[in-house]
Amino acid sequence: MTRSIRNRRAEIRLGETVEFSFDGKPVAARAGDSIAAALLDNGVPAIRNTPANRASRGLFCCMGLCQECLVYVDGVKTEACIARVGDGLQVRSIPLSESRLRPHSR
Amino acid sequence: MTAARYDVAVVGAGPAGACAALEAGRHGCRTLLIDEQGQAGGQIWRAKSRAILRAPPTPESQSGDRLRAALENSPVEHRTQARVWHLEKPADGIWRVHLLTSNQLEEIPAKTLILATGARERVLPVEGWTLPGVLGLAGTTALMKEHWMVPGGDTVVAGSGPLVFFVAAEILRLGGRVGAVATLNARREWARALPALARRPQILSRGLAWMRVLRRARTPVYWRHGLRKIAGERRVQGVEIAPVDNTWAWARRALTPAKTLAADSVCLGHGLLPCTDAARLAGAGVAYKPALGGWTPAARADGGTNIAGLWVCGDGAGIRGADAAQAQGRLSALAAVAAVAELAPEKAHALQSRRRALLRELNRAGHLGMALTALSIPRPGWVRTLAPDTILCRCENLTQGEIAAEIEAGAGSANAVKCATRAGMGACGGKYCMDAVTRLIAQKSGLGLAEIPLPTARPPLRPLPLSALAADSDDFHRRLFAALEPAPL
Repeated sequence: MTRSIRNRRAEIRLGETVEFSFDGKPVAARAGDSIAAALLDNGVPAIRNTPANRASRGLFCCMGLCQECLVYVDGVKTEACIARVGDGLQVRSIPLSESRLRPHSR
Repeated sequence: MTAARYDVAVVGAGPAGACAALEAGRHGCRTLLIDEQGQAGGQIWRAKSRAILRAPPTPESQSGDRLRAALENSPVEHRTQARVWHLEKPADGIWRVHLLTSNQLEEIPAKTLILATGARERVLPVEGWTLPGVLGLAGTTALMKEHWMVPGGDTVVAGSGPLVFFVAAEILRLGGRVGAVATLNARREWARALPALARRPQILSRGLAWMRVLRRARTPVYWRHGLRKIAGERRVQGVEIAPVDNTWAWARRALTPAKTLAADSVCLGHGLLPCTDAARLAGAGVAYKPALGGWTPAARADGGTNIAGLWVCGDGAGIRGADAAQAQGRLSALAAVAAVAELAPEKAHALQSRRRALLRELNRAGHLGMALTALSIPRPGWVRTLAPDTILCRCENLTQGEIAAEIEAGAGSANAVKCATRAGMGACGGKYCMDAVTRLIAQKSGLGLAEIPLPTARPPLRPLPLSALAADSDDFHRRLFAALEPAPL
């Protein structure tokens, strides 16, 4: 019941829309968003699979420290919470094949 | 022998670092302010992203805007989106600050170095905390301040300390839904913090406003409760909330079914930890101070350390909050200025009285920060709530059971556990596992937390792409690895 609480998000004005792709799928965003924020806003919290047991991982610390949100942007591995969206930007998740599996992974 | 380009290099453009840089610039020092973000403000005064053209002001956004404007109008050089990955002070006594910027390496010489690396949050591991949809509390505030976004459709907020209530209230004020708040603290702990809060009426009234928002939204608040489990297949789908005792172990009555709630996002956090990696890499000693967040660089009130030409300030020197950070940043800058500049007697005298005023301000401002930190400090029973399957090291996917087995087999230090299991060797560099690992070592060994040092600080402070390193000369690699000594096990 939040009717009596002022919704401050309703009072903001957002900038121009852009569209980027994540693993080939189009994602709507605003110029200036971080890639991770745009994915979260589109209902996509999962960003990669951990090599040890292929578990799903996503945005966690939101400040470039935990390295959970790593993605490939133009072939460069970068934190999605730091990197900004761009119109036509192609973002790819880190493929499992290139990650080292632990010797005794479960 | 390189001619030093800068008199003062400041690492970190939050309240402490930016104020340090402004102060040094004001007294005629050639000053470089380095930060990895695109705009100054650190975490607490994080700027809105450029996607937000206009938004209602908040006390933090106003403080941040004032700070950013002051920097623009100052002679300080501000290098944005630059990460410090190594710090060296060779025989010539000039600091070399190693930066990574857009995949290239740079080396900046400076006569004095002020570290304002701030804090990161502590998230105590919980079963299912690695699921997509779980965000740290401080991380959620970063998301909300920068992007004005809520973390999910239906959020549960949990943990300890004041951020639990701030995050829940803020999500509601952004039009989001909060299914429940679970705080490990009891009401009476907040009552104990009242004297310190009463001395800062503005902050007290903000806190009361958060509670009013929760009441108006009829958000259930579970005092002295923790998350027993975060459940879901490939993302958060629900949580189990259960009561704890005053040591944060599961209460005996937790044997009855815990409260189960559907949720698609969880915000979880247990206080702040000073980021001390850079200071330790630069050679500063450390001291264990629970009231300041745990391990802190050993430093004087003005941030002076055992290393000549090195000062630390802000939350990176111990969690005291933004007001204390500003005072301490200025104090560090005054000390650095005195070290590099030849000051006329009247000027030196004026700086001394400014220094005394700042010390008083620092003293006054630190009290509330410490009272609030006390609420977040993990209690010893918590470590008993870890199940063998609970992941401790996210990067290397290591469980409590695997790490406990190594400790039982004789790994009695953080370095030893790191060597035996790779905990702390993953991409985050131990930032999110080592606190829990040391608590587990303490429980199994009977040692106090103050007797379990952090793992030896090593470069790089942040992950480096190999492509950036490969381009550099052999001489650089020799210098990088020559000075390293084996870590004591």
